[in-house]
Amino acid sequence: MAQFEPKATIMDEAAMNRAITRIAHEVLEHNEGSTDFVLVGIIRRGEVLARKLADEIEKVDGVRPQIGTLDISFYRDDIGKRVAPVLQGSHIPFDIDDTEVVLVDDVLYTGRTIRAALDALMDYGRPRRVQLAVMVDRGHRELPIRADYVGKNVPSSREEDVRVYVEPDDDHSAVEIWDSATHKAAIQAGGQC
Amino acid sequence: MLSVKHLIDTNDLTADDITQILDTAKSFDPIVNARTIKKVPALRGRTIVNLFLEPSTRTRSSFELAEKRLSADSLNMGGSTSSVVKGESLSDTIQTIDAMNVDMFVCRAKLAGTPKKIIENTDAVVINAGDGKHQHPTQAMLDLYTIREEFGHLDGLKVAIVGDLAHSRVCGSLAPALKTMGAEVTLVGPPTFQVGDPSWYGCNQTADLDSVIPEMDVVYMLRVQLERMEGAAIPSKREYNRLYGLDARRAAMMKPGAIVCHPGPMNRGMEINTEVADSLQSRILKQVNAGVLTRMAEMYLLLGGEN
Repeated sequence: MAQFEPKATIMDEAAMNRAITRIAHEVLEHNEGSTDFVLVGIIRRGEVLARKLADEIEKVDGVRPQIGTLDISFYRDDIGKRVAPVLQGSHIPFDIDDTEVVLVDDVLYTGRTIRAALDALMDYGRPRRVQLAVMVDRGHRELPIRADYVGKNVPSSREEDVRVYVEPDDDHSAVEIWDSATHKAAIQAGGQC
Repeated sequence: MLSVKHLIDTNDLTADDITQILDTAKSFDPIVNARTIKKVPALRGRTIVNLFLEPSTRTRSSFELAEKRLSADSLNMGGSTSSVVKGESLSDTIQTIDAMNVDMFVCRAKLAGTPKKIIENTDAVVINAGDGKHQHPTQAMLDLYTIREEFGHLDGLKVAIVGDLAHSRVCGSLAPALKTMGAEVTLVGPPTFQVGDPSWYGCNQTADLDSVIPEMDVVYMLRVQLERMEGAAIPSKREYNRLYGLDARRAAMMKPGAIVCHPGPMNRGMEINTEVADSLQSRILKQVNAGVLTRMAEMYLLLGGEN
C-alpha cells in the first residue's frame, strides 16, 4: 500500500489519547462532577471513541458512564444520492427520557450526520440535554450545529478527506488528512477505509 | 446495493442479495419490536402504490405497515375498486398511475407474469407480492429470516416443504432461495400435488412424509389452496390430513430443536392440526413479525440505494 499515503498526519496516537483525557475532564467539569450522563457513540468510529472516553472518565472519576450506539443510516438526508451503507443497528440499553446525553463522533464536518443523529436519538425519548463531543472539527458546516468538546480543530479543504483511525477497530490510531482521490484509490486497492 | 432493480423472482437473487436483505431486516428489528416510536424517516417523501388485483389480507397489511414504518406515502388500489374491473387494460392502468409520478409498485395478481408486464409500463421499482402460481419472493425472504433467526445460519440446514407443491408460489420462491443459501430441500406431497421436475429446483421429491420428518431441521407446511384447484386433486380433507397433515404424532417425530413453519392462512385440521400450530415448535407468528421487517428491508434497499 506504499503508493497511497496521507497528505499529513494531524494527530498521532499519543495526541489522540491526550485529547480524550482532556475531553473526559471537560465532560466531568461541565456536568459538575455528576456522572449522571450517558455516552452515545455514532457508528462506527464514534462508538469506539465513546468506549475510550468512558475508560478515561472511569479513571478520573471511578464511575463508568453507560454507553449506547446510534446507527443513523435510516435517518440520513442523502438516501438515494449514495450507496446504501452497511447497517449495524442502534443499541440504546437505557431510558433516554430526561437523561443527559453526550453524543460522540469522530469528525464534525457539514453537521448533517449530527442532525440525523439528533433525530434518531429523539425517537428513543426526550433527553434533558444533548452535548456533542468530536475528535476533529474540520469546519464547512452546512447546518447550525457546533460541538461542546473538540479534540482538535483542523482547517481543511473540501477536496480533502479527514480520517480518524482508532485501534483496535483499525490497524493504527491517528487522525490523517487524505487527498479525496488518493483515499478513494486506496480503498479500491483494498486498503483500509 | 442489490444486484436487481426489481424484486420479482427469487431465482434472480444472489446469496449476497439475500444476506443483505436479511441483515438489513435484522437492523429494523429493535426499531419495530422494541421502540415506542416504531418508524424511521428512511423513505420519507417516496410514494408506493399497493396494487392488489387479488384478495390478500396479511401480505397487504404487512406491506402497508412496512411502508408506514419507513415513512413512505402509500396508495392502495384493489381489484374490485380498480378500473381493471371496468375493462381498462393493465398497461393503461399502470401508465395512468405512472403519470402521477410514483416510486414503487407492490403488486399482487392472479396471473403469473403480471409484475413483468408492469415493469414494461413504468420506470418505477416493482415488488412482486405474489403472482399466480409463479412466485412470492417476499414470503420467501421472511421465511429465510425466521429460519436464520432460529439456527443462526441457513447453509447445511435440511428443510422439507410439504403439501400442495404444484399450485404453490410459496414453494416456487422458497425452494430456490433456500438452495441459493446452501440449504438442502426435500419436497413432499401426494403425486397429484407434486411438481413435474424437482431437479429444476435442485430438490428431491417424495410422497412419504413419515420417512422424511425425523431428518428435518425445518418442516414447512404449505396451505392447501382449495381456491386454486381445478377438479378434485385429493379425495377428502380427512384423508389428506391423515396422510400429509402435521399432527401431534408427526410433530413428536421431529428432531429436538426442529421448527414448524406455515405461510398462512392455515386450514386447521387439514395440512396442520391445532395442537401443532399452537405448539412451542411453531414459528408461524414469528414469520408474520418477520414479514414486516423483511419487507421494510426490501423497500429500503430497492428505493434507498438508487443511483
